Amino acid sequence: MIKIKDLYKKFGKNEVLSGLNLEIGEGGIFAVLGPNGSGKTTLIKCLLGMVIPNKGEISVLGKNIKSGSGYRHKIDYLPQIANFPNNLRVKELITMIKDLRGKTDLDQELISLFKLEPFLDKKLGNLSGGTKQKVNLVLTFMFDSPLVILDEPTSGLDPISLLRLKKLIQAEKDKGKTILITSHIMSFVEEISDEIVFLLEGKIYFKGTITELKDKTKQPDFEHAIASILTENHA
Amino acid sequence: MLKILKYSFYDLMRSRWSYVYFGFYLLLGVVLLFLNNDLSKAVITLMNVIIVLVPLIGTIFGVMYYYNSKEFTELLLAQPLKRSSIFLGQYLGVAISLSMSLILGLGIPFVFYGLFMSNAIWDFSLLLITGTFLTLIFTALAFNIALSNENRIKGFGYAILLWLFLAIIYDGIFLMSLILFADYPLDKLSLIGTMLNPIDLSRTLILLKLDISALLGYTGAVFKQFFGTNFGLIISFSALTLWVVLPVLRIAVKARKKDF
Repeated sequence: MIKIKDLYKKFGKNEVLSGLNLEIGEGGIFAVLGPNGSGKTTLIKCLLGMVIPNKGEISVLGKNIKSGSGYRHKIDYLPQIANFPNNLRVKELITMIKDLRGKTDLDQELISLFKLEPFLDKKLGNLSGGTKQKVNLVLTFMFDSPLVILDEPTSGLDPISLLRLKKLIQAEKDKGKTILITSHIMSFVEEISDEIVFLLEGKIYFKGTITELKDKTKQPDFEHAIASILTENHA
Repeated sequence: MLKILKYSFYDLMRSRWSYVYFGFYLLLGVVLLFLNNDLSKAVITLMNVIIVLVPLIGTIFGVMYYYNSKEFTELLLAQPLKRSSIFLGQYLGVAISLSMSLILGLGIPFVFYGLFMSNAIWDFSLLLITGTFLTLIFTALAFNIALSNENRIKGFGYAILLWLFLAIIYDGIFLMSLILFADYPLDKLSLIGTMLNPIDLSRTLILLKLDISALLGYTGAVFKQFFGTNFGLIISFSALTLWVVLPVLRIAVKARKKDF
């Protein structure tokens, strides 16, 4: 699904990714974890072509991403902070994204899943953070793409919406999709992900299942396993 | 690109500022035409306003729009769209909506005034054409500045400086050099100097069209000889076009390499 070879990226003097290699197969939920500033968002943005790497190769579904923007038809991306043009109404934004990417009928289903009907005619500038995030989720999931990338999907969501989101992610996984998630909420990651990818100082520190991580760090639970990696490397 | 253009355009058409800008020109046009019966004087006053104001508004709006729509641009970047079409679409959206405000705002009072029957229609069209060119040029320059500066405050600062330089400081330097080198033949130099600044170029074009070049003395005669002919007109419009094309190309190139 995704192949990354020898990826380097510097912002000024700050080297964020230093020779990252990663291969992600088809199907399943992969959590990308790491301390702040470890390069999670940069990695995702490289995949999407938003950040241009200094060196290295990325291919998505067998296609080198440098060969054009068409591969992004196969990716659904949920950005970290949802900020939309304040003048637009929710309905118009959805229509507009559909206009840009192609037709879909899934939006109705998603709108009723997240109970967004009362907000359709409201302007995006007047929505609360959580509601904006729901709109963001609708925009992301309404195209049935084989690769889904979620950057902090839980931010701002109330407990009920969080439950719905989890169900939705599971359902997408059962369709055979590959889902990449970054999150700082460990319980969410533990519950939902099949495999984790741990980034540290711009490289992959660990890739495997949660059980493997617990064995490796000899910790009884996931949260402590992550904490032990961090204290070992930063103490 | 056309889809992005469409949405940027709609987005701006809804913003209050487009209406304020449109209303300002409408008011200006009405006041100048109906309270002042001399058409050519009205055109000159309009020219003075347009020459200074259009570049200023183009620069500020361009920079403001770019920074305000930054998050939305990121959303678009994750879609299967080419980068150049995203940014050129946004640029054209801003430039076209500003030009529309200008053309409609000034055009409507002129139509009511009975422009189509007057001789001033060519002067007036030239005014609108150069105004549109100036909008295209300065919005493109503003996008260039905004693309090169992550920091909003810096971006705004550079944009204002650019406007100040081309609208005022350039003229000062130009004049000083003319005085300083008054002993040498300066007609070529002043022609080239005028060509290099889109604001000066537009001003000269309009002034010469208005047939008041006699006021400019000897230089005016040289200018009239150059800009008054078809050849000069073609050259000066090519210079204006070049002023649009080069910054637009740089938008496309810069956008391709930028990290978001």
